[in-house]
Amino acid sequence: MPDLTREETQGLIEEVLEVYPEKAKKIREKHLTVNDHAIDQSKSCIKSNRKSVPGAMTIRGCAYAGSKGVVWGPIKDMIHISHGPVGCGQYSRAGRRNYYVGTTGVNTFGTMNFTSDFQEKDIVFGGDKKLAKLIDEIETLFPLNKGITVQSECPIGLIGDDIEAVSKAKGKEYEKTIVPVRCEGFRGVSQSLGHHIANDAVRDWALDKRDGDNSFETTPYDVAILGDYNIGGDAWASRILLEEMGLRVVAQWSGDGSISEMELTPKVKLNLLHCYRSMNYISRHMEEKYGIPWMEYNFFGPTKIEESLRKIAEFFDDTIKEGAERVIAKYKAEYQAVIDKYRPRLEGKKVMLYVGGLRPRHVIGAYEDLGMEVVGTGYEFAHNDDYDRTIKEMGDATLIYDDVTGYEFEEFVKKVKPDLIGSGIKEKYIFQKMGIPFRQMHSWDYSGPYHGYDGFAIFARDMDMTLNNPCWDKLTPPWKQAAGSEALAAE
Amino acid sequence: MPSVMIRKNENGELLFYVAKKDLEDVVVSVETDTPDAWGGTVEIGDGSTWYIDPISPPPTFPTTLRFKRA
Repeated sequence: MPDLTREETQGLIEEVLEVYPEKAKKIREKHLTVNDHAIDQSKSCIKSNRKSVPGAMTIRGCAYAGSKGVVWGPIKDMIHISHGPVGCGQYSRAGRRNYYVGTTGVNTFGTMNFTSDFQEKDIVFGGDKKLAKLIDEIETLFPLNKGITVQSECPIGLIGDDIEAVSKAKGKEYEKTIVPVRCEGFRGVSQSLGHHIANDAVRDWALDKRDGDNSFETTPYDVAILGDYNIGGDAWASRILLEEMGLRVVAQWSGDGSISEMELTPKVKLNLLHCYRSMNYISRHMEEKYGIPWMEYNFFGPTKIEESLRKIAEFFDDTIKEGAERVIAKYKAEYQAVIDKYRPRLEGKKVMLYVGGLRPRHVIGAYEDLGMEVVGTGYEFAHNDDYDRTIKEMGDATLIYDDVTGYEFEEFVKKVKPDLIGSGIKEKYIFQKMGIPFRQMHSWDYSGPYHGYDGFAIFARDMDMTLNNPCWDKLTPPWKQAAGSEALAAE
Repeated sequence: MPSVMIRKNENGELLFYVAKKDLEDVVVSVETDTPDAWGGTVEIGDGSTWYIDPISPPPTFPTTLRFKRA
């Protein structure tokens, strides 16, 4: 498939929009655009963070998913109660593969599901008593927990339970951090508001617990990793690079993180922000309150890692700058071998992405390192600032789609004919049945890590394994193959 | 009266950020920007103007302030 020109891409968008009723078309056309490097403010070309069109199938989550699933869930030594009916917690349980170290059920609780299992009587008479009882039970059964969060599901907000009061009373009784999070699923248009609410809950209930306590010995090289959820071990692959260059990683937010790391974060010298969308709120707060600068970095693919390591080192003295160069030099042979091996097999292939928080723009560099090209990208729940950053990363005249509907995505794929699609589980089988190689880019298709130099090797292998899998040649049955190719095979 | 967080970006320019509105833009001009006071009408990159009573002494950034639409 030759590259589409700007006019052709624009034509494609218009063609796809044709089938919508007038009103839906008017809404949706603002969410689809052709990338234009001349624009530096995304709001002039794309609308984002708006309510999805009723009736159109989209791939968004809810505020509860953003808080319990993303921000709070991976904090391993706290117990996260899914407060409300049982389903929300059970169906999302351990789905994000946030790896952690610890003994599950003893001192870590990441993959377990705690729920208040609301019944009709709890809706009618309120669930506060049940929550109090639940906290008592947790304290009896899991005494090594370091804190509890109450992740509200929709009914809590609807019936007006006072989870704050229960949390305060029980927190006093047990002298533990108990955080009520008002992340009812109906809030906002997507999981994005859940991130914000969770960040605010961290700010209000957890972050300042050790203010004024200077017993923690700091060094000038303390940093915190923010917005890395350790999916498949991502944060560990990032952490070793930072430690090798001489920094001390005090906290991981929130993959493999703990409440005490969270409380120590205000004492670091620099916050390193990987997922901007889900953690920028708390970074901004820490900048304002504690004067900790924050910077966004990108650990996908050697080019971006190199850039990021140097940018991180800029904040520190010469020993760290030397350290960064040392790390880059150390891994050069390793990643060059990966590129030499996989680039010839992947060169020139086209990729379409549709993922969440940071990946639609962050992984572009990694694909480019392998000689691949990202021809379309989009976010489920991004805001304008994410698109501002994406425009620069993407090639000119490529497709950008916000909160794409199932129909639009399929039509785009049919026309653009990418060689690989990276999206989530709900899209995977549709596109595989259409005969297009597919990788899940939310969970790394149960592989990973993809961050750091170690992750890049796995990323390259996975992409090659998927794209060059012999099964893609077998999609046409022998009796439907052209006569010419049959004759060739018979020779 | 949105509360606005003002911080400096990498280039040392002031950034005007309203979380609820998803608005982040550079501050183009500030009416009163002297060693004694900071405030008045503030114009930002997208052309909109905001007002705050001049603060004296000038605040240290980053900080959160309440602005009015001007």
